[in-house]
Amino acid sequence: MDNDKSIEIHVRNLVKKFGSFVANNNLSFDVYQGEIFGFLGANGAGKTTAMRILCGLSHPTSGEITVAGFDVYKQKELIKKNIGYMSQKFSLYDDLTIAENMELYGGIYGLSRKQIKVRIGELLEKLQLTDRQSTLIADLPLGWKQKLAFSVAMIHKPRIVFLDEPTGGVDPITRRQFWDLIYEAANQGITLFVTTHYMDEAEYCDRVSIMVDGRIDALDTPGNLKNKYQVQNMNDVFIKVARPDFFSQQYTVSSSHLNNQIN
Amino acid sequence: MKRFLSFVKKEFLHIFRDVRTLIIIFGIPVAEILIFGFAINTDLKDARIAILDLSKDATTQRLTNKLLSSGYFILEKELQSDNELESVFKEGKVRMVLVYENNFGQKLQKEGKASIQLLLDASEPNTANMLHGYTTGIINDFMMKAYPLNQQNIRIIPSVRMAYNSELKSVFMFVPGIMAIILILVSALMTSVTITREKELGTMEVLLGSPLKPIQIILGKVTPYLLLSLVNVASILGLAYFVFGLPIAGSLVLLIAECTLFIFLSLSLGILISTVSKTMQQAMLISMVGLMMPSILLSGFIFPVENMPDILYYLSFIMPPRWFIEILKSVMIKGVGFSYIWKETLILSLMTLVFIFISIKKFKIRLE
Repeated sequence: MDNDKSIEIHVRNLVKKFGSFVANNNLSFDVYQGEIFGFLGANGAGKTTAMRILCGLSHPTSGEITVAGFDVYKQKELIKKNIGYMSQKFSLYDDLTIAENMELYGGIYGLSRKQIKVRIGELLEKLQLTDRQSTLIADLPLGWKQKLAFSVAMIHKPRIVFLDEPTGGVDPITRRQFWDLIYEAANQGITLFVTTHYMDEAEYCDRVSIMVDGRIDALDTPGNLKNKYQVQNMNDVFIKVARPDFFSQQYTVSSSHLNNQIN
Repeated sequence: MKRFLSFVKKEFLHIFRDVRTLIIIFGIPVAEILIFGFAINTDLKDARIAILDLSKDATTQRLTNKLLSSGYFILEKELQSDNELESVFKEGKVRMVLVYENNFGQKLQKEGKASIQLLLDASEPNTANMLHGYTTGIINDFMMKAYPLNQQNIRIIPSVRMAYNSELKSVFMFVPGIMAIILILVSALMTSVTITREKELGTMEVLLGSPLKPIQIILGKVTPYLLLSLVNVASILGLAYFVFGLPIAGSLVLLIAECTLFIFLSLSLGILISTVSKTMQQAMLISMVGLMMPSILLSGFIFPVENMPDILYYLSFIMPPRWFIEILKSVMIKGVGFSYIWKETLILSLMTLVFIFISIKKFKIRLE
């Protein structure tokens, strides 16, 4: 990673405990500006917990964490103003139109009426939905909804966007289009923090981290990881990191089958 | 503030886009008032009766005329012999049969007393009781007027005045009850459902991740329901006043202030329910079974709390509508001022604070 880029997310020794259960065990990593950072891990590995802390939705137990230069303990409000968040559950309102959803989130993020109008125009034009702004969200196909949700998460031009499994349940073509939007945002200097289950998507990231049982067990570019573990694709990297006994036991199961199990 | 307003606007859009919500908020109050007002009328009117006049003289004729002109009874059939008595009841045509004995008028003149038999269909005890009461009253009145000097037995004659509701209209009883139920329905049920809906859809997560403060989210959720509940108060009072002639004896300002207090209470209950339920169904179930049913049964709306077994009687103390109905009756019908209802008001205020306190605690825990 080029060192001249500034650090947008800074995490040192993040620990989060729920009672005696340790959800995040001493996480440390940095995310740089304009980077697409893949945050991988099996279900229950602690991804969502860490992400919620970074978004100001939850308190860490200990650790030194800044997001967009603000402290997660004391400056939650400032963090929230500077990030966008798209949850794994779909987050637009079905009974509102495209424009109304955009007006709502624009309003919540404190944009003026004029700014909102300009942003709606820009975003709709980019998505080629200008003539459909009065369509109810309920009447759109899922792929469109997700692209819209991503656009809405960026309506206030945040510095960082957190995407929690953004492409769940959509077809490969739409996923590819969705990633085009992510690249475009990264090119504009926005930092993207993405969790995903799809290992082909992990290949698209600039760097990925893989969480196992609350720890980060691997963190590097996809290329370096594949070299390190001597495998062809991220799927096998993931399995080697998350299930080290898998290959040694010589299962004949295909890795895509395991991937389904993880999902 | 601007953030807050865009949120409130969205809430209104949800409400006005959803036909079911609109029906619950605007249709049910009006429907309930009309149903209770016209259909479920416990006042006696046009009860069908039969008469078996074995005497057929001028006195029985006059008494019959008086009964029939009271407006409470309609003469369904004039019976000719007591053989018909059983069948006329079995056919279900009449609720009461009046039997004058032989030589009714003569006996009354000579002996100063004569008997009338009242046969009542007590398969509906309430109606039977009421018919009995009304009929006895009319007969007594007839006797007093027809034979004012004929007072062989000196009797104590109670002079009855039904204070605050001289005509014993049942609308006086049900309007306060309905008001309480509707406000609980709209405020508590609808808020709990709308907040859990955001949780279920996952939008709550996104809202919490936005610069909106949790308190703004909650207030934004309840503000539309506060306003709509006030609209409901106005429409219920309007219907009660203009359609059913219910007076508003006390101060209107006090009345609306008390209603607002109760709306706050219901809203805080709704928020509390939403903090403990994960899905809309759960919220709905808790609101319906845990709130609506006790509100209807234990509030004194239908069954007087004084007659309940001890356990239920004391249980009714923790039912907010019980106190609210008490307040409504006092202000609307008796026309008393605040000094008579401060205790009930205080109880409702304390309940509201407790609910808000618990909700905040619960909400904080959820955020951790």
